[in-house]
Amino acid sequence: MKSFTQIDGLVAPMDRANVDTDMIIPKNFLKSIKRSGFGKNLFDELRYMDEGLPDQDCSHRPLNPDFPLNFPRYQDAQVLLARENFGCGSSREHAPWALDDYGFRCVIAPSFADIFYNNSFKNGLLPLILPAEVVDQLFAEMYANEGYRLHVDLAAQTVTTPSGESFSFEIDEFRKHCMLNGLDDIGLTLQEADAIRAFEEKAKQTTPWVFGMIKA
Amino acid sequence: MAGKTLYDKLWEAHLVQNRDDGSALIYIDRHIVHEVTSPQAFEGLRLAGRPLWRADSILATPDHNVPTTLSERAKGVDGIEDSVSKIQVQTLDDNCDEFGVVEYKINDARQGIVHVIGPESGACLPGMTIVCGDSHTATNGALGALAHGIGTSEVEHVMATQCLVAKKMKNLLIKVDGTLGKGVSAKDVVLAIIAKIGTAGGTGFAMEFGGQVFRDMSMEGRMTVCNMAIEAGARAGMVAVDDKTIEYVKGRDFAPKGEQWDQAETYWRTLVSDDDAVFDKVVEINGSEILPQVSWGTSPEMVLPVNASVPEPQLESDPVKKSSIERALSYMGLQGGQAITDIKVDRVFIGSCTNSRIEDIRQAAEVAKGRKVADSVIQAMVVPGSGQVKAQAEAEGLDKILVEAGFEWREPGCSMCLAMNADKLGNGEHCASTSNRNFEGRQGYGGRTHLVSPAMAAAAAIAGHFVDVREF
Repeated sequence: MKSFTQIDGLVAPMDRANVDTDMIIPKNFLKSIKRSGFGKNLFDELRYMDEGLPDQDCSHRPLNPDFPLNFPRYQDAQVLLARENFGCGSSREHAPWALDDYGFRCVIAPSFADIFYNNSFKNGLLPLILPAEVVDQLFAEMYANEGYRLHVDLAAQTVTTPSGESFSFEIDEFRKHCMLNGLDDIGLTLQEADAIRAFEEKAKQTTPWVFGMIKA
Repeated sequence: MAGKTLYDKLWEAHLVQNRDDGSALIYIDRHIVHEVTSPQAFEGLRLAGRPLWRADSILATPDHNVPTTLSERAKGVDGIEDSVSKIQVQTLDDNCDEFGVVEYKINDARQGIVHVIGPESGACLPGMTIVCGDSHTATNGALGALAHGIGTSEVEHVMATQCLVAKKMKNLLIKVDGTLGKGVSAKDVVLAIIAKIGTAGGTGFAMEFGGQVFRDMSMEGRMTVCNMAIEAGARAGMVAVDDKTIEYVKGRDFAPKGEQWDQAETYWRTLVSDDDAVFDKVVEINGSEILPQVSWGTSPEMVLPVNASVPEPQLESDPVKKSSIERALSYMGLQGGQAITDIKVDRVFIGSCTNSRIEDIRQAAEVAKGRKVADSVIQAMVVPGSGQVKAQAEAEGLDKILVEAGFEWREPGCSMCLAMNADKLGNGEHCASTSNRNFEGRQGYGGRTHLVSPAMAAAAAIAGHFVDVREF
């Protein structure tokens, strides 16, 4: 997994609450059997004026001129500033894959949907929670200042504005550790294989019907 | 010491060990797999040279991409006209064959929507931890199980380790007492719950549904309610085990038999929240006051009783809410203040993991019997949730009633719930849909979804617009 230590990134807005996973990456693009290449279809129905198709060359599609990610000032943004309950809806990991593939490294919002939040950490995309009033302030500063950047430091758990104002954020210790070091979750869990086997042996006595029923 | 909730008990029974960093390793009993969220996970195993930890924990089936017309379906995977969909279904078949996973393939009589075939086959049982790369996995919580959706990285993690790294959620009790009125179904109950607590109301919680309304509710109804826990923000929804649960499970293909059944039943009957259990949050709703519901907007919390009118944004003081109402009305092509019953429907979809079980088909057929779908309705389709639901409905003659009324009777799959196959809404079309999400574009580019119960959907098909099924 890609590690995340700190970034100094241009900030772009997604200024609405309850941004759902169908909005982030519509279902027609979920047919891919790969993990990459979803960036060109990020926010597809908001970003383009026409209906997108899988495997399509998007470079000639008509862009929605009112959608902020199409504005020149937000090109190459790495931080997405968003509102409450970002990522609600389905469990599709294609949502963080699309954000990551587009170039975002961090999404800042007052709250996230549980599954999206969890999926983001598996892909080196930092979902960062700040209080609603701080997010309001960041939106206002971003709109007022073209080229607005934020410095995100995961080890220090801080977000720093261009004026030097700093906000701290909370994050689970284990998630922070994996993210900072780009650790492979599966490899870590397999270090506990003995404990898993011991659990299984006990469970075979207490709930034997869980085992062996589904056979090829 | 306070008693334990159902969720506390399920968590403790599957705790492999707590880690020093505050996370925990949780053992997963059952893993259900479909074609959309699994290919990258199988590929990850292959690249790392990792085997499945326990192949007999997995049951797979294709559901999202499968065609639902008999003509396209008859030829199996080769008959899928959309070449990208075909690759995804074929990839599931190939992966299951390679890794030795049991799969109900496209034309197996037991194929169906993952969350329908899990309980139906007995693969999902009370007391289990159940995961699937699909947010509607919470459906299985109706059995008294801990079931929730996971992303593809976690699908791979469970395949390789049989565990998830997790943190215990908080406990939320949704208590609905009273008695439901005539024409009010499980779907109306869960829509009313979401309207009350919002789409983030359950974030961070495991949600237990308790109270008289759920005790009285059928297992199918409980599945409908748990299915939409995620629409209220909760990854897992659940209902305590009772006689109905035990009766439902008995005799199913993968359910225990003989002595093991007795051992299982004794254990399962302990899977209820203790009387003195403490919940972090309790929401109480009077079930007698719930009316048939219709969603008007582009989020499952934008729901109103059928006799209400669409909200007027100028009456909303919160600017974020006001702009979301305006955006939703504009997308849906509705006017603030318009009566719900004045909304015309272009298509009707009865199906999805929310409402495609036998009871749902019966409710739709009861309304449709002896009536005709309105001429103004372009299409009204009924898509059973599984091959077994289809067979049961046909044995009861429900397909004939529906077809005579002008409904199309389809082959099982996810279909128009998310339109990954050929079943889609046209741009700007309104759909009375028994599915679970009314997000922009969910059922087709520019499509306008209204979430309702099967009876309300059937009634809308016949009237050509929303009507109160109680007066129908």
